[in-house]
Amino acid sequence: MKFTRSMVLVSNDPESMRRGAAEIYQSFHDELAAADLSEQVALSQIADSGRTDILPMVIIYPEASVYGPVKLEDVKRIVEEHLSKGRVVQDLLAPIRELTGRVSWLKARKDTEPMEKRIVLRRAGRIDPESIEDFIADDGYQALAKAIGLTRMEVIAELESSGLQGRGGAGFPTGLKWRFVAGTKSTKKYVVCNADESEPGTFKDRVILEGDPHSLLEAIAIAAYAVGADEGYIYVRGEYQLVQQRLQRAITQAREYGLLGRNILGSGFSFDMHVHSGAGAYVCGEETALLESIEGKRGQPRSRPPYPTTQGLWGKPTLINNVETLANVPAIILNGAEWYRSIGTPSSPGTKVFTILGNVNFTGLIEVPMGITLREVIGIYGQGMKDGASFKVAQTGGSSGSVFPPSLQDTPLDFESFKKAGVSLGSGALLVCDERTCVVDLALTQLKFFRAESCGKCTPCRVGTERAVRILTSISEGQAQLGDLDTLLKLADEMDLASNCGLGQAASVPIRDILKNFRAEVEAHIRLGVCPAGVCAMVPEEELEFVKQG
Amino acid sequence: MLKVTEEKNLTAIVEAAVEKHGTHADAFIPILLEINHNYGYIPAEAIRLARARIHQHQEHNLVSEGQLFELASFYHMLSTEKNGRHVVQFCASAPCHVQGGRELWKAIQETLQLKSGQTDPQGRFTLKTVSCLGICGVGPVILVDDDSFGNVTPEDLADIFTRYE
Repeated sequence: MKFTRSMVLVSNDPESMRRGAAEIYQSFHDELAAADLSEQVALSQIADSGRTDILPMVIIYPEASVYGPVKLEDVKRIVEEHLSKGRVVQDLLAPIRELTGRVSWLKARKDTEPMEKRIVLRRAGRIDPESIEDFIADDGYQALAKAIGLTRMEVIAELESSGLQGRGGAGFPTGLKWRFVAGTKSTKKYVVCNADESEPGTFKDRVILEGDPHSLLEAIAIAAYAVGADEGYIYVRGEYQLVQQRLQRAITQAREYGLLGRNILGSGFSFDMHVHSGAGAYVCGEETALLESIEGKRGQPRSRPPYPTTQGLWGKPTLINNVETLANVPAIILNGAEWYRSIGTPSSPGTKVFTILGNVNFTGLIEVPMGITLREVIGIYGQGMKDGASFKVAQTGGSSGSVFPPSLQDTPLDFESFKKAGVSLGSGALLVCDERTCVVDLALTQLKFFRAESCGKCTPCRVGTERAVRILTSISEGQAQLGDLDTLLKLADEMDLASNCGLGQAASVPIRDILKNFRAEVEAHIRLGVCPAGVCAMVPEEELEFVKQG
Repeated sequence: MLKVTEEKNLTAIVEAAVEKHGTHADAFIPILLEINHNYGYIPAEAIRLARARIHQHQEHNLVSEGQLFELASFYHMLSTEKNGRHVVQFCASAPCHVQGGRELWKAIQETLQLKSGQTDPQGRFTLKTVSCLGICGVGPVILVDDDSFGNVTPEDLADIFTRYE
């Protein structure tokens, strides 16, 4: 590692690259050379920090000044002023995300910090994701060293008392899952990291993996040590090419440092892993479909039991965890379960990464303690609704989550409160829609998604999604009758009860939710022949084309 | 999805893919991805060649042509049919849909005069819808070959499409 007096980091995530980050990086390179500073100032790249509003972003250490969005013509000034003369260029600094909008209700809630708390994203956008030295200098691989010094059961006990729950959507206690796998006797076990992030509106795992790939390797190695596995897979969705490249590179680096492979840190513990690319199938996010896919088959979910904890990959006991879940592990091992429990709510400790999308002023990604409410998310982090419109409906957790009405916007975003309210937190996507969104149209979009992504193995899902799309289409075209709503509900019940996996079950959720919370609006399509939001065409598609041409 | 050139030697592509990924079952999908990427799609001939090549190796998992075809037809990123020179993929998931995707989808179909799954007679563009691409912060999103475009409005389309011949 070369020592320099300053360090310049230029963001290089896809969005930054689209906005000209490559030219900015090159320009820094040239300007530094022209100013004869190349030896004193290191130039490197970082990933997106989750703030799309300030990309492309440039961070300069040791001052930790964040510039953004940086334009090509700003580079010369930053080099001259900041790096040559040591004066921070105030007017180019990124705006701090200030609290705006209606925040008065916050005062009513005690002990709430209206700010981000970063655990899994603590390094994203701060270190060079392609440098293992950067990672190690930032306490990287210390948790692995500490874990190897403990017994396997001590590691699991620590995780259990931390209360960490699976962040993929189901919220299953992570420590308990580890205990199941550790308790299964077998000469061969696997750890699989589920990075097949395909839930619409979710890109948290991408940002974690692009920004801090080594933290995942560290977490997977800790998991492998605890459950007694010696081989691991990271199943990355096929579209995430950059993630795959970074992970591959990180694995090579870790092997060179003896942090992966045989006899890690001289402890006698051996573990190695592979990056496995998906090929575009939403259903592979379901854990048994994911295993089938690694085994070179169609991604069709298996019947359970047996669960993967006893019979998983190639029939061996397998631990499967989501990226965000695993990314919490090193911090818990380093700082202890008690520290972790001090964040979030008593029943759902820790933080959650949310993606905020839809008709709000700021869309992007935040990591906040569990238990904040949707109202706070919209008002503070989303900086209010776009164009001053009113909040009408939100969809949580991508397509598999819930569609919920404004009456639930003060429900704390944690697993238990959501369960009580009969909705699902899902993967952490928060799609916020204003009154210009029609719930029939929204449900139709989701059902079309499920129809496309159904693997076709079981009939309730394969046929059910097709029939639901037809009925919803006829509602949006003004051709439905009231009796169709009963058929739709019956269909939802059947899909929920009889489907083989979560995909078919999830497909029933938007149908039930819109009929429970927005029945009047749905009925207006049928009884009055109008779409209250003005979205649905209310005539069949063929006629619409005829009208346009005529 | 790189440009498809007929002169590309399918046999060489298949052999290189098998060489790179190995002959165990967990290599089947990576092999097909590699072929799809380098040849543009997976013709029946590629499946025959791949199976034969896999079975030539000393240590391999048994696989039938049917099993390989089953994979090629199941996964969205694999195509068993020849596409146009450029593939336009429109994200049809809810987050893009409510952020202007609804209007954009109509505009794309009108601009290209294509519906989902169709290729134009000149073989220039194939239009497809795709599920969430994970760049929803800048929706609505379209993908042309390997290039992604965010915050796309109907007015941007002409400018985007002229870049691809």
